Amino acid sequence: MPLKIVKRDEPWSWGALVIFLGALTFSLGVCALLLALQGKPALHGVELLWEGSFGHLWALEDALLKAVPIFLCSLGVAVAFRMQIWNIGAEGQFALGAIGGTWMALSFPNLPGVVLLPLMFLMAAVLGALWALIPAWLRLRLKVNEIISTLMLNYVAILLLDYLVFGVWKDPSSFGFPVTPEFTPSAVIDGIAGTRMHWGLAVCAVSGFVVWGFMRYTRLGYELKVGGEGRRVATYAKLPYDFLVLLVMGASGALAGWAGLIEASAVDGRLQPSIMVGYGYTAIIVAWLARLQPLSIAVASFLLAALRVGVENLQLELQVPAAFGHILEGLLLLFILAGQFLQTYRFQVKKTRNT
Amino acid sequence: MSTTLKRFALLFAVAAAAVLTAGSAFAAKDEITAGFVYVSPIGDAGYSYAHDQGRKAIAAMPGVKTYYAEAVPEGADSERVIMNMARKGYDVIFTTSFGYMDPTLKVARKFPNVAFMHCSGFKTAENVSNYFGRMYQARYLTGIVAGAMTKSNVIGYVAAFPIPEVIRGINAFTLGAQSVNPKVQVRVVWTKTWYDPALEKDAAKGLLDVGCDIIAQHQDSPGPQEAAEEAGVYSIGYNSDMSKFAPKSCLTSAVWNWAPLYEETVKEVKAGTWKGNQSLWWGMEKDAVDIAPFGPMVPEDVREKVQAKKAQLKKGDDVVFVGPVKDQSGAVRIAEGTKAADKELLGMTWFVQGVVGTTE
Repeated sequence: MPLKIVKRDEPWSWGALVIFLGALTFSLGVCALLLALQGKPALHGVELLWEGSFGHLWALEDALLKAVPIFLCSLGVAVAFRMQIWNIGAEGQFALGAIGGTWMALSFPNLPGVVLLPLMFLMAAVLGALWALIPAWLRLRLKVNEIISTLMLNYVAILLLDYLVFGVWKDPSSFGFPVTPEFTPSAVIDGIAGTRMHWGLAVCAVSGFVVWGFMRYTRLGYELKVGGEGRRVATYAKLPYDFLVLLVMGASGALAGWAGLIEASAVDGRLQPSIMVGYGYTAIIVAWLARLQPLSIAVASFLLAALRVGVENLQLELQVPAAFGHILEGLLLLFILAGQFLQTYRFQVKKTRNT
Repeated sequence: MSTTLKRFALLFAVAAAAVLTAGSAFAAKDEITAGFVYVSPIGDAGYSYAHDQGRKAIAAMPGVKTYYAEAVPEGADSERVIMNMARKGYDVIFTTSFGYMDPTLKVARKFPNVAFMHCSGFKTAENVSNYFGRMYQARYLTGIVAGAMTKSNVIGYVAAFPIPEVIRGINAFTLGAQSVNPKVQVRVVWTKTWYDPALEKDAAKGLLDVGCDIIAQHQDSPGPQEAAEEAGVYSIGYNSDMSKFAPKSCLTSAVWNWAPLYEETVKEVKAGTWKGNQSLWWGMEKDAVDIAPFGPMVPEDVREKVQAKKAQLKKGDDVVFVGPVKDQSGAVRIAEGTKAADKELLGMTWFVQGVVGTTE
């Protein structure tokens, strides 16, 4: 029975869900096979993965906590991607946000929380945004490709963070280890009573809602999407293209900056180099998986975080290498990417003509 | 001020809880489960590999089950992994990297009946002790080998981060080299990575370019060894015997041997005699550190010199940081005839004379 590939007239409406579930099944299948090849109980492995991701209240809490920085960074890059500005620099903007927040926390440790925390959020947003505005400005004035410049600035940002933590901000009581002093309690984002969650989650909810509303209901949000068609289109439509580029990059950087601040303040209670674990890069994948939609980004961030948390349980119980988690994640992304093909094309049974 | 008060309150709470549960806190058990958290993949050499060799040693003991999690990033992720181990009811949890210190303490507060052993930090609690090995003793011995075998009198040292552990190692290595060759110079390059084979190899190449003819390292990857092998110069390994990566160049390696310490800890936990608030810093006298077998190119007279010093260290005579020791500016840091106290060693942030590089 010969098959023909036909382009769909309209995108497959339920395609995203079907593709996701299909990709999940395929990648779990391959991983189960890998487990079986190593002589480990394959089905039990999948069960352990489920248990570690969703099987307990604490597992869900863990996944939510881990999703916070991924979501904020991803929301940020999605805003820029909407305008086809390729901000690969969420990692660096994340670092600058953490630096900004820490700067305020260390400079004014005795301010009450109601003043200090907003100040930290303000400075995290300002530094994160400024870091993103450098490549935006370079692009507009000197036509420097922002993919390269944002990526390169990530390394600069991490070095800057290292410089501060190894140097001027180093805790004198840390025996020379690279950590800042612990923040005063007023500089730490509180936990939500009765749970292990912290209020960074609320920041995510509000930011997500604002971005969604902005994109959907404001003129600027609309212009931004049109601006994504290119500078000439934008100029033809009399849109302030330069302003829009600066706006999306600034917003993008500010959101990533908040992610960095929340990690430093709510999770570690201080700044240390180990907060840089690549959320800024994960964010790019999540933004694409979610097709740049805020709600989908929330779902995708949570699922990816749950997967990473669940794999730890699998790793611990079956004693498989840490690389197993990367394999599973990689396979999942690969299958989803391959599945995108079905979104725009479909298979049709070729009718054999009788001539 | 308020933080100190809070800490005191917490200490009281923990102490009170410990008193209330004293009967059951660390009871003797026939069968125990031990968890290990590693910062890097176990691989086939390096820091986590050395710890895992120790884990395997206790896994062979009767009534001991072990589990590990590898490549766990320091920070939020480690707290979750440690917490997960405690929830699963492990009796003792070894967290083997400095960055796990605060997460370990956080989790320990919630699980007062679990014994926590943190490697390389400085904080302890009712149910948290810390431990480390006097690797500087092994470094001193490898320094003797390097100092005796360098022709150019310039030795390269690829180092991870400017923290006391690494600085102490560089100083001990330099003092060892100077003990047989006063003209020797040790050049330090910081990679700011623990494990990055390509970068660490490049750093070693940079050192070769400025005339170093021996490469030592404080890194978890064999990258620097490979650079030395390719350039045809000698090298000194670290963590575990690295001669398999550079058979023609590796003179010896400064190696960890965690089995004795882990075995003793597990015995204590089983007997119910394990205690928190302890700081173990074992050296050669307890076999926690050692040097790997010499390569065939190390001449007999050098071997003898090293063995003589090793015998002294084995007896518990810590000969490494004995004054007079001067820093880079020439100021005497350890006075003639005195030995550096552990506190000074643990907080060491200055280089001895003869090291070229900065501690920034």
